[in-house]
Amino acid sequence: MHGWPLLSLVTFLPLVGAGFILMIRGEPDVVARNARYVALWTSLITFVLSLFIWFGFDRGTAAFQFVEEAPWIPQFGITYHMGVDGISMMFVLLATLLTPICVLASWDAIQHRVKEYMIAFLVLETLMVGMFCALDLVLFYMFFEGVLIPMFLIIGVWGGQRRVYSAFKFFLFTLAGSVLMLLAILAIYFETGTTDIPTLLAGAGIPPEMQFWLWLAFFASFAVKVPMWPVHTWLPDAHVEAPTAGSVILAGVLLKMGAYGFLRFSVPMLPEATALFAPLIFALSVVAIIYTSLVALAQEDMKKLIAYSSVAHMGYVTAGIFTLTQQGMEGAIFQMLSHGIVSAALFLIVGVIYDRIHTRRIDAYGGLVHRMPNYALLFMLFMLASVGLPGTSGFVGEFLVIVGAFQVNTWVALLVATGMVLGAAYMLVLYRRVVFGKLTKESLMKIKDLTWREQAVFAPLVVLVLWMGIYPVSFLDVMSASVDNLITNYQQALADADTPSLATLWSSK
Amino acid sequence: MEVVAVFLPLIGAILAGLFARQLGDRGAQIATIAPMLLSALLSVIVFFDVAVAGNARTTELFTWIDSGSFELSWALRMDTLSAVMLAVVTVVSAMVHVYSVGYMEHDPSKPRFFAYLSLFTFFMLMLATADNFVQLFFGWEGVGVASYLLIGFWYDRPSANAAAIKAFLVNRVGDVGFALGIAAVFFLTGAATFDGAFAAAPEVADSSISFLGMQASALDVVGILLFIGAMGKSAQLGLHTWLPDAMEGPTPVSALIHAATMVTAGIFMLCRVSPILEYAPVAMSVITVVGGATAFFAATVGMAQNDIKRVIAYSTCSQLGYMMFAIGVSAYGAAIFHLMTHAFFKALLFLGAGSVIHAMHEEQDMRKMGGIWRTIPYTYAMMWIGSLALAGLPPFAGFFSKDIVLEAAWAADGGGGQFAFWMGILAAFMTAFYSWRLLFMTFHGQSRAPKKVLDHAHESPWVMLGPLVVLSIGAVLAGWIGYDAFVGDSRLAFWGQSIVQSDHDVIHAAHNVPLWVKLLPLVMAVSGIGLAYLMYMARPELPGRVVGAIKPVWRFVYNKWYFDELYAFLFVRPAGALGTFLWKGGDGAVIDGYGPDGLSALTGRLSRRTSRLQTGYLYHYAFVMLAGVVVFVTWYLVTQIG
Repeated sequence: MHGWPLLSLVTFLPLVGAGFILMIRGEPDVVARNARYVALWTSLITFVLSLFIWFGFDRGTAAFQFVEEAPWIPQFGITYHMGVDGISMMFVLLATLLTPICVLASWDAIQHRVKEYMIAFLVLETLMVGMFCALDLVLFYMFFEGVLIPMFLIIGVWGGQRRVYSAFKFFLFTLAGSVLMLLAILAIYFETGTTDIPTLLAGAGIPPEMQFWLWLAFFASFAVKVPMWPVHTWLPDAHVEAPTAGSVILAGVLLKMGAYGFLRFSVPMLPEATALFAPLIFALSVVAIIYTSLVALAQEDMKKLIAYSSVAHMGYVTAGIFTLTQQGMEGAIFQMLSHGIVSAALFLIVGVIYDRIHTRRIDAYGGLVHRMPNYALLFMLFMLASVGLPGTSGFVGEFLVIVGAFQVNTWVALLVATGMVLGAAYMLVLYRRVVFGKLTKESLMKIKDLTWREQAVFAPLVVLVLWMGIYPVSFLDVMSASVDNLITNYQQALADADTPSLATLWSSK
Repeated sequence: MEVVAVFLPLIGAILAGLFARQLGDRGAQIATIAPMLLSALLSVIVFFDVAVAGNARTTELFTWIDSGSFELSWALRMDTLSAVMLAVVTVVSAMVHVYSVGYMEHDPSKPRFFAYLSLFTFFMLMLATADNFVQLFFGWEGVGVASYLLIGFWYDRPSANAAAIKAFLVNRVGDVGFALGIAAVFFLTGAATFDGAFAAAPEVADSSISFLGMQASALDVVGILLFIGAMGKSAQLGLHTWLPDAMEGPTPVSALIHAATMVTAGIFMLCRVSPILEYAPVAMSVITVVGGATAFFAATVGMAQNDIKRVIAYSTCSQLGYMMFAIGVSAYGAAIFHLMTHAFFKALLFLGAGSVIHAMHEEQDMRKMGGIWRTIPYTYAMMWIGSLALAGLPPFAGFFSKDIVLEAAWAADGGGGQFAFWMGILAAFMTAFYSWRLLFMTFHGQSRAPKKVLDHAHESPWVMLGPLVVLSIGAVLAGWIGYDAFVGDSRLAFWGQSIVQSDHDVIHAAHNVPLWVKLLPLVMAVSGIGLAYLMYMARPELPGRVVGAIKPVWRFVYNKWYFDELYAFLFVRPAGALGTFLWKGGDGAVIDGYGPDGLSALTGRLSRRTSRLQTGYLYHYAFVMLAGVVVFVTWYLVTQIG
């Protein structure tokens, strides 16, 4: 595969598939069936292609790999520049893995406008992959914002009863932050004269006073995407109304975009502002973990509960990133990957019974273990992974974040660790109310266990959860050189700043 | 060999758990019991090889986590400490497996039960053979999950589900301490493996760290954090509330997990980190005092319970207190010695109680028993052996181990040891009292059971009595055989480097205490038995009168010192209420109210207002234009002149 534009292939192949689907004509049934198959095959081939990135990736270096560069808007020095490093590479795979799973999960659940639905998912895949590969600020911004459009449509067209309210809330929240990011990108361009990300990473040299405002502008955008408390309220609504596959991709990949932004822009390009604002991030992360865990305890709707748990889990991520320690950052990235798998699986788990009974209310269920033993087993596994049981993927990230946080601030470590208790509380209660107990409800008497298609959907996720838990080294190895480089550069930048640091400037004001 | 011994139970669990339909009930039992028996056999051989012949070793499997300098592997560390645990766990577990064939005979989901049991054993062995903190934590959490599954085994019962969740959550509170403790160890010593951390411990002994805003001696912080973890698992005062509730699980589970093995994980862990604890004097004092208080507290509660399993559960809690304060006074060998003997006699007592419950058709209330010793004579004899060992009468196992624990406490310097000693002495009296209260209420006197139950009462089958016999041999002989190696003259050679010990440590001092210290526990035990005889055999009207005379005290003790009510008031109910409040109030009213919903409402209001400006009358527009011109002109003039 050497010499092939692999990243562009992986990025744009789904778009080609979408084009094919667009051309399908004929009877509605035939169109729907063909659209499903084309989407499935396209996303599967994309996934196989993306595996070449995994195998071809050189784990020893922090440099960008599979780089492609071509002039795009030469007047402004803007290029089509793609490449991945140890931080972004695995998110590309996460996106290409989850898309075929989403297509399969929507196989029977989506019955109207199937063609458009599949197109939306393939376009979404292109945009997600492109976002993680883009090495030019303008290119990045286009992908980053573009993702909103198909997601907005997926919620707004194929969602539940309050889908329009949710879709608009989602759109407004995320767009509000993005406008500020666009300003920040313009400011960086005018200050440094380039939009090339590797150049900026090598030493942006942005003056501290300017870093202050740029950091806040980026923060406004990324915090909404993560989402961090208190701008998280769009997430539960979006999840509740989104179709199952929409929730899967939203929790699995879209939530990672904000944290990825912190890792790619805020920390390396704005080191002094990062040092200044780290306590703010810690505070918001800790509040997120405790606050949303408590809120999750009170939920009556399964999807809302898992949505709130996502906010709490992402709190670990943001706290971990800003510890600026090897363990904390690797833990954060690992937690992002793990959450991508586990929360996706949990939304699929909810989807399974939603497809059968058509309600998400927790109290509509109970005693499912009597009729669905396989389902109960899978739910148990993902529930424990979400709780962070050692041996599953959830543990490694969470634990490394705690180890990292302890080196920076013991209060943060303690408060973050309380999530271990609260997280277990709401998940165990959910599991008990849905799966355990006597089977008394009339509507559940005939419920069927998993079909083979559903088992096929879960199989890769089960393998990944255990693999990441038992042999996480294969993932930690990928990121370690890049994270090490990131921390070294960060500390170098702080040490080099011969002007008084931003923190002292700020306190003297 | 130890690799095979550790992974055999996992294989059994996977077979029985995932292929139950193909194997059938009997097949699932064979698939778990055969590997378990083999594992026990191998473990005993490993024990002799490692502990007796002195071939300590570590088998590395593969790397687990590697993040910067945070590196560790899946590995099996075999030294005397882990070899003892390995042997105890597999032997008791194998016996419980066999016993369960009889006990669970009428249960519809046998494969699941045996799969859980084997899975638990696997996690317990991973815990015992860990060579780093994180693998220990893996086993630690794993046994927690297995315990959760087994307590909630009868998932149709709301009480079982509630107890299972409670056990998991209370343990998790301790685990927060444990996790932070591991983080602290890594922060201080730069290592997460035992060897690395222990080697670095002396160098950082004098350093201090800022923890939660307080300056404290670094290793004291580590010691206390790790102890908080141990408190959860080993049900020490404050985090003990889950253990009595855990009796909702099937009785074999109570014997294996909540008496013999899992609850001793905290004891094991603290002994494992003894090279760190030796530099943490404050932490050691805390451990001693909490251990002593637990021994006393649980014994008082045990005296007032009527459920046969709960009496034994509180007894377990109390005995764990003994082990804990033995650690607190640096008598690690004594702690493990008591752990080992306790595993035998407490498993025996629980399985015996299970046999009683089996005979009485699932009746657990001792007030509805009595006079059945002729009906179930073997069980009766086994219960006597277990009780004699528990109370510490010679020559039974508990006599040797409890005495050395108490002597070590007395011999230790400082007030903590004295406190623990006297608490232990009082607890010894109460232990004997409630054990014989249990025996007399269950087996003697007039039967208070319904006639129908009595007519069907029967001795358990041999598949249940066999394991009892094996365990009773341990309960009789383990103390006498083990004394020399665990705490006697051969201890230095026996333990090797696996725990901290020396020629002149506290166990050495414990052998030279005055005669009255050696005799006092025995006197206490005999008088406790005497009092129980007086109250429940000779003068059966006495208990009622005593309770009447000390009503408030009795009620306090009977209600377990109101810990559950206190926690429900402090944590459980506020958490639910706070969650609802933050959801409706925080997210709903404040964030959304002033955020998106508020903004959209505001936009709506503003646009309605502005739309009212469009009246359609030309003179309105003309007037506004004119007013605008006036304002601009004024503005221009003012700014130009100013």
